[in-house]
Amino acid sequence: MAENKVRFIITRQDTPDSTPYEEEFVLDYRPGMNVISALMEIRRNPVNAKGEKTTPISWDMNCLEEVCGACSMVINGKPRQSCSALVDQLEQPIRLAPMATFPIIRDLQVDRSRMFDSLKRVKAWIPIDGTYDLGPGPRMPERKRQWAYELSKCMTCGVCLEACPNVNSKSDFIGPAPLSQVRLFNAHPTGEMNRAERLEAIMGDGGLANCGNSQNCVQSCPKGIPLTTSIAALNRDTSIQAFKNFFGSDQV
Amino acid sequence: MAKNQEFYWRRLHSLLGVIPIGLFVIMHLVINNFATRGEEAYNGATHFMESLPFLIFLEVFVIYLPILFHAVYGIYIAFTAKNNTSRFGYFRNWMFKLQRWTGVITLIFIAWHVWETRIAKAFGAEVNFDMMENILSSPFMFAFYVIGIIAAIFHFANGLWSFMVSWGITVTPRSQVIATYFTIAVFVILSYIGVSTLFAFV
Repeated sequence: MAENKVRFIITRQDTPDSTPYEEEFVLDYRPGMNVISALMEIRRNPVNAKGEKTTPISWDMNCLEEVCGACSMVINGKPRQSCSALVDQLEQPIRLAPMATFPIIRDLQVDRSRMFDSLKRVKAWIPIDGTYDLGPGPRMPERKRQWAYELSKCMTCGVCLEACPNVNSKSDFIGPAPLSQVRLFNAHPTGEMNRAERLEAIMGDGGLANCGNSQNCVQSCPKGIPLTTSIAALNRDTSIQAFKNFFGSDQV
Repeated sequence: MAKNQEFYWRRLHSLLGVIPIGLFVIMHLVINNFATRGEEAYNGATHFMESLPFLIFLEVFVIYLPILFHAVYGIYIAFTAKNNTSRFGYFRNWMFKLQRWTGVITLIFIAWHVWETRIAKAFGAEVNFDMMENILSSPFMFAFYVIGIIAAIFHFANGLWSFMVSWGITVTPRSQVIATYFTIAVFVILSYIGVSTLFAFV
């Protein structure tokens, strides 16, 4: 009864520095199962396809509804969230691998710290704290709010970095996600007050100019964020910023 | 290299690829097309270009130095990429990869081309119709020139597309699609001009 079984080939790695290896698992099919429920099944009974007892697979997960970004992994060659990867829609055997662009902690679990460091570097927040109540900020037009909402869907999942040919061990490119966040915070009426700071941050080494326009990011983003539009828009903004910085401007 | 200069190096690399190198390539291809009007027309055009006043300064500042910088920095860019078209076979990802490959092919071609013509001239050879006819009489060199010229034109046309993105001219996906069609037209037209010139020598 082969059709009632699901085959998984999983790339595993025991420690951050050890050699990766593949292990195969065969599970009973259950209607509606996804990659995470399969991994949980293996965790309950860690026996591989050869019938040998093995260690449970290590992976990251949190929200289970594709909004937190923690459970990203490479599923049949494409980086995506494992919580929304339905077994019914996947070609078998299902191949799972970690997003190797990031440092691997163990098995499918990776360390996405570099993305959070990048968000700090580009100042992806709106400074509103003062020593006294600054009062309400400027209002945001509803149309703009709806537009900005699309950019705010970024969950720092790392899929765009995994897909980008310019994010790799030979380069220090921060990747598309933090760049698009600069566009989001620069569009905010209060965030706009620190616009130049963010633009100058992405004009630093490993920043915006490292984009090679392969546009894999926009094809891969699970949230459909217009990442390449953001990058092109920031290219325009930084062109103007560079001009202002060199030739001078009254608008700081 | 000083810190935080990468943005400016990249922008300079992008700018030089179009101005002056791209403009020079167009001019070079068009003037060489005189070959299709016969030996005399070609030699006349070559002689005119060679007799321009301040030629050495034009060559150094409009051609040699920009190409040298574009090539050296371009090799660095090409070798810091990790191509992944097997996993992500999208059109733009292929263009990304081809841009890097054609850049390297073009550099090899230009190095040979300059050696065979410009440097040969410095050693006393005369650059004229006979010289090119002689070079292109070898089927191997003819193929090498076809590949080199097509690679250079592809690199320019696709580079023009990414130039428009890198400077923030084409921002919306629609403007980028239209720019794709425009640069395909540039590629086809310049390729016709370049290859028809080569066939005039055989």
